[in-house]
Amino acid sequence: MRYNGLNVIWQGLVGNTGWKPAWRTPVPKSAYDAIIIGGGGHGLSTAYYLAKNHGLNNIAVLEKGYLGGGNVGRNTTIVRANYFLPGNQEFYSHSLKLWEGLEAELNYNVMHSQRGLVNLFHSDGQRDAFVRRGNAMAAQGDDAVLLDREGVRELLPYLDYDQARFPIHGGLLHPRGGTARHDAVAWGYARAADRRGVDLIQNCEVTGIDIEAGRVTGVQTTQGPIRAPKVGMVVAGRSGQVAAMAGMRLPVESHVLQAFVTEGLKPVIDHVISFGMGHFYISQSDKGGLVFGGDLDFYASYAARGNLPMVEHVMEAGMTLMPMIGRAKVLRSWGGIMDMTPDGSPIIDRTHVEGLFVDCGWNYGGFKAVPASGWCMAHLMATGEPHPVARRFRLNRFATGDLLDEEGTGSQHNLH
Amino acid sequence: MRITCPLCGSRDRREFYYYGAADYLARPAEGAGLEAWDAYLHLRDNPAGMTKDLWYHEAGCSAWIEVTRDTTSHAVLSSRLVAAVESADLPGRSAPARKKAAPRKKKGTS
Repeated sequence: MRYNGLNVIWQGLVGNTGWKPAWRTPVPKSAYDAIIIGGGGHGLSTAYYLAKNHGLNNIAVLEKGYLGGGNVGRNTTIVRANYFLPGNQEFYSHSLKLWEGLEAELNYNVMHSQRGLVNLFHSDGQRDAFVRRGNAMAAQGDDAVLLDREGVRELLPYLDYDQARFPIHGGLLHPRGGTARHDAVAWGYARAADRRGVDLIQNCEVTGIDIEAGRVTGVQTTQGPIRAPKVGMVVAGRSGQVAAMAGMRLPVESHVLQAFVTEGLKPVIDHVISFGMGHFYISQSDKGGLVFGGDLDFYASYAARGNLPMVEHVMEAGMTLMPMIGRAKVLRSWGGIMDMTPDGSPIIDRTHVEGLFVDCGWNYGGFKAVPASGWCMAHLMATGEPHPVARRFRLNRFATGDLLDEEGTGSQHNLH
Repeated sequence: MRITCPLCGSRDRREFYYYGAADYLARPAEGAGLEAWDAYLHLRDNPAGMTKDLWYHEAGCSAWIEVTRDTTSHAVLSSRLVAAVESADLPGRSAPARKKAAPRKKKGTS
C-alpha cells in the first residue's frame, strides 16, 4: 500500500481497518544471492540500494533482535554534512543529498527537518578554524555561513553570552543540517526494501560465517544455515564479534556514548546547537523533548549504559551554555555501543575473504551516514569496487598511513 | 564505576585515565614487521565480556594499572600494577620487558 494523504483520510473514515503490516515476516530460504548481517539503519539501506540500484532482489537481512533496535533507534538524530577532509566531505555531502530526497524515495515520512546547525566558537583561533571548515564545505558544494556574536544572538538569544570561560564569539551555521525521526528511517528503509523483495528476517542471530578455500559460502544462524556467495557485515558496535567469526581482528574498540532527553516542552530550541568546547550538543524533537548528549565515557563497553561522571559533565556543560534548561526534567538517558576506529572515520571495504564485506567504524556519527553508507556498501558488494565517495574508507588504512583523522588528534583508540 | 588501585584501594573512576586494551603491553620485538606493529597499535579483540585494559591513576598515585573488567556489566574484577606484570605473561614475546615509554596524554578536545 502506498502511503499518501488520501489513504490517511480514507482510513480515517473506515476506522483504520485497512492498514497492513509495513513488511512481511518471511521464513529464511536456504540460499540467497547476498546476505546482510545486521538490520539497523546501515544494513537496511544497504539492502534497499542493492535491490534498487543493482537489481539484486534475492537477498536477505539477518537481524538478531528486531529491526532498528540498535543504534539507529538510540541516537540523537542529527543529520549534517560539515566535514573538512577530502574523503569524508564528498561522502557526507552525498549522504545529505540522499536525505533531501529520502521521503519521496521511500514513500515514508522520516520527518527530515533542515532546521540548521550551529557550531559555536569561543576564540579567534577557533573562528579561523571554522572559517577554513566553512570554506571547505562551500567548496564541496554544501552550505556554511559564518555568524558573529550578534548573528548567533539573533538565532539563539537564550544562550549565556556573559560567561567568562567560554565567551561566545560566533558560530558556523550549516543551514541544511538538522534532524530526522530516527526510527522512521529504519522503518522506511525496511518497508521500501521489503517492497523490492528483500527478506527481512528478525530474531535470527548469525552464529558462524562459512568460508571455503578463502571464499565465503554462507552463514550459520539460529534459524539454520543459509548459503550466499556474498555476505556484508553491517553490525556497528558488535563488529568485533561478527568479524571474529571470519577470523578477523578489526581496528575497532566499542565504547559507550550517553544521550539524554527531557520531558516534552513547548518549542524553545529551533536549531541543532553544538558546543564543542563543552562536549555538548542539543536539539529539540518534534515531540518537544530536549535531546542532548556529550562525549564518550572513554572506556571500552558493551553495557549500553554509561556512568554518572559523564552524566554530571554533560549537565554542567548544558547549564554553562544555556542556563534556561535547568528547570527541565530529564526523562531518560541511555548509552549506545559505538564502534570506534583509531582515526574516528568509518570503514566500508572488502576483507581478506572473497565475497565478505565489512561496513563498520561509524564512531558516534553513523546516523547521518545511513543513506550513503548503504549506497556505497551496496555498490561495493555488487561491483566489488569501492564507491568513489567512499574510496578512502579502507580497512587497511591504519597500516598504510592513509588516515582520515578529521579531528587531527592522532590515530589511537582512546583519542576520538 | 570504581576501580581498585593496587596501591590506593577502591577509587572513583574519575581519578583514572583510560589508555586502551592491554595489548599495548605486548610490544613487538625490535625488527618486527609492519603487520605486527599494525596489530599492536590498531587491531583489537574488542571482547563483549571479560577484558583487560590499561588505566593510569592520574589523580592518585600515578601508577599504571592493568584492570580486568567485564565490558557488558562494567564490573571491575581485578587489577594489578603494570610494573608487576611479568614479561612471561605477555603473549607474543619472549625477550625481557623493555622499559615502556610514557603514553601520550589525551588533549582537552575530542
